Amino acid sequence: MIISLYSDAIARACEILDLLPGRETGAYSHSQGAKGLREAIAAGIASRDGFPSNADDIFLTDGASPAVQTMIQLLIRTEKDGILCPIPQYPLYSASVTLHGGSLVPYYLNESTGWGLEVLHLKNQLEGACSQGIAVRALVVINPGNPTGQVLSEENQKEIVEFCRKDGLVLLADEVYQENVYAGDKKFNSFKRIARSMGYERDELSLVSFHSVSKGYYGEGGKRGGYMELCGFSTDVKDQIYKVTSVNLCSNILGQILSSLIMNPPKVGDESYESFTAEKERILSSLARRAKALEDAFNKLEGVTCNKVEGAMYLFPRLQLPNRAIKAAKIANAAPDAFYAHRLLDATGIVVVPGSGFGQVPGTWHIRCTILPEEDKIPALVSRLRGFHSSFMEEFRD
Amino acid sequence: MAPKPLDYESLNENVKKVAYAVRGELYLRASELQKEGKKIIFTNVGNPHALGQKPLSFPRQVVALCQAPFLLDDPNVNLMFPADAIARAKHYLSLTSGGLGAYSDSRGLPGIRKEVADFIERRDGYPSDPELIFLTDGASKGVMQILNSVIRNEMDGILVPVPQYPLYSAAISLFGGSLVPYYLEEEANWSLDFNNIRQSVAAARSKGITVRAMVIINPGNPTGQCLSEANIRELLRFCFRENLVLLADEVYQQNIYQDERPFISARKILFDMGPPMSKEVQLVSFHTVSKGYWGECGQRGGYFEMTNLPPKTVDEIYKVASVSLSPNVPGQIFLGLMVNPPKPGDISYLKFATESKAILESLRKRAHIMTDGFNSCKNVVCNFTEGAMYSFPQIRLPQKAIEAAKMAGKAPDVFYCLKLLEATGISTVPGSGFGQKEGVFHLRTTILPAEEDMPAIMASFKKFNDAFMEQYEGYGGYSRM
Repeated sequence: MIISLYSDAIARACEILDLLPGRETGAYSHSQGAKGLREAIAAGIASRDGFPSNADDIFLTDGASPAVQTMIQLLIRTEKDGILCPIPQYPLYSASVTLHGGSLVPYYLNESTGWGLEVLHLKNQLEGACSQGIAVRALVVINPGNPTGQVLSEENQKEIVEFCRKDGLVLLADEVYQENVYAGDKKFNSFKRIARSMGYERDELSLVSFHSVSKGYYGEGGKRGGYMELCGFSTDVKDQIYKVTSVNLCSNILGQILSSLIMNPPKVGDESYESFTAEKERILSSLARRAKALEDAFNKLEGVTCNKVEGAMYLFPRLQLPNRAIKAAKIANAAPDAFYAHRLLDATGIVVVPGSGFGQVPGTWHIRCTILPEEDKIPALVSRLRGFHSSFMEEFRD
Repeated sequence: MAPKPLDYESLNENVKKVAYAVRGELYLRASELQKEGKKIIFTNVGNPHALGQKPLSFPRQVVALCQAPFLLDDPNVNLMFPADAIARAKHYLSLTSGGLGAYSDSRGLPGIRKEVADFIERRDGYPSDPELIFLTDGASKGVMQILNSVIRNEMDGILVPVPQYPLYSAAISLFGGSLVPYYLEEEANWSLDFNNIRQSVAAARSKGITVRAMVIINPGNPTGQCLSEANIRELLRFCFRENLVLLADEVYQQNIYQDERPFISARKILFDMGPPMSKEVQLVSFHTVSKGYWGECGQRGGYFEMTNLPPKTVDEIYKVASVSLSPNVPGQIFLGLMVNPPKPGDISYLKFATESKAILESLRKRAHIMTDGFNSCKNVVCNFTEGAMYSFPQIRLPQKAIEAAKMAGKAPDVFYCLKLLEATGISTVPGSGFGQKEGVFHLRTTILPAEEDMPAIMASFKKFNDAFMEQYEGYGGYSRM
């Protein structure tokens, strides 16, 4: 008898099987995902936000990325349709807009104010796009931010909601890092909760909220599980989304099950509750420590400033590179941050992504690094990074 | 009050053009009726496990161990799992960079792509390059990716068989291309008619369309025919002459129910034909874990293999695949197991072979039961299901039925299928969902209902059909329905 399975895990597995067609994980489910699993997710959303959620508004997908792509495809008719995207952004958005032939309308997050989102700036960008004949259709907000790691304040979120309502934009809320918040003074609020707490009912704001099993404390990226919740869309629009998703029949069942589990984890009193909670705390506290350790390490480097990692899984330090390094990069036909990143890789084996991959204010350079290296390996990593950085700065000193 | 940002009117037009009948009107109506308590037999989609087919044991054991590696540490694991499943699970875990929860290479785990390449080499007798094999979340995603790469604008045409599995027409609509139909010959067992193909291409070109690719589905869906080697050779010659990339949907290659025409891959035939064709003709071949005797639809596992595509093209396809990060890892493992199943001598071989054989033999029987059953019905003519999972009988609707359908605002075969559903609970997909010749009507059903349920299902169908025919062939407008 294998004893490593708790009885509540077994019971939950039986419950889940009852929700699947043929009691089988090998059968295609409903194209939005098995109804019972969506109901569990809706219940989880309601319990998180304190406002009701409807299983029929939920579409389970192979990770959040396909859901984002579906929405962008729906919104873009021609190159004259624009999507407002944050700069820096996770490049799924720019790639999807390009793939579907639309226009990316950038809005810049303010590095000097902890990557703050200023609504006045949003308005300017929107007006600028309109004056060029672009019909701006949606606003993408990534909260907590990727690569920037900021957690929006409630105030900020309310402004964003108002902005979308007034200007008739669909709010695409990428909330996949909602469980990754490390700043003690910040809290994740879903845009849905914010909108409802402002008194806006379902049909008063067109909102798509994306979530995933790839991040948080579960990190099940390889399973490809995620969902989007659509509020404030007419039935005929939802029917079109259903139709397009049905061409792929359904998302993978194991991913669907994981999505239902992350939104409906073991509760107080369940047999697995203590061990589950212990695992969760261990992972989250370790992530917070690693975020701090790497943030401090980058901030100690010459010419490097790194904003506080309030959430998500990344650091996005800014590099003030000497002119000689910038010249050398030009000769090597590389962006300066890519040049730095290549050198870093060659010297230390540390792989980062150059900031140009995410977008940044022209003339500024960044790299994105995750906070994920194992905790006990971080001191050695930091030491290699420090060693590389000081010799790089020495080599290219003006 | 600001305008609603997403009205039906302001949606991407291409999305509105998409039609996918497999989960369309009939399915939605069947789901409604099921909610109301009616017993529904869903034969609208090839979904074996939903209709009682049991999963193969070995792959489930391996994947279970991979999903829950702590089981491998349990001292009692050998009491519950055979040694070869344990070994296989450890092997697959070692291929990952952190277990099943880690994103893999965007093209899929190299070790599994190697297994696929080895399988293709064993099957065809020609080497295959793992670098040209990309794993995907089901074959459908691969098809969509390739079509998105081929279609530049509405002047790009894709040759698609009629009848076809409507993924192709849906994808072409979605990406804004043109569907160039070629009709399969129902009277000649759904074989290819090259005159018709040539005419279709000429007609498309005269409208300024650049025909870029040709889709074949072998074994056919919904038509079930297994193409002859001669047909495939001629097809490859055609693609060579007309400069078309061949998209070979071979997802049903394990589902063969006759012995005259075994499955031969388009790639094997291409290489048999030697240079220059074997070096010039561009080919993409698709396969999946959803069909065959595996039927693991819910796992979303599949791959495509590229032949004679230039490296730069392969790089672009890789780039787009990377935007979705990686195909799901459990699905990849199912695929690895499918192409590299237990061998004679392995502990699990006997059980695996017995289970597989039983499924295939039963499918073969059911193919016969259904074909014979349909052929025994009034005004119904049905080609034998040589392969795949479907039966596509032709329903010769009387004129009065066609008129009644018109009055009801429905296509004639939709009208028939809705009546069939309401009378018997059998949920099918009308032939118009797949395309058919003008004025000729069909429906598609799967051969998947359990063998013991088949006689009752066919009897129920016959009862409905013969009464329907009598009603609409008969005199006056009296209706018992």
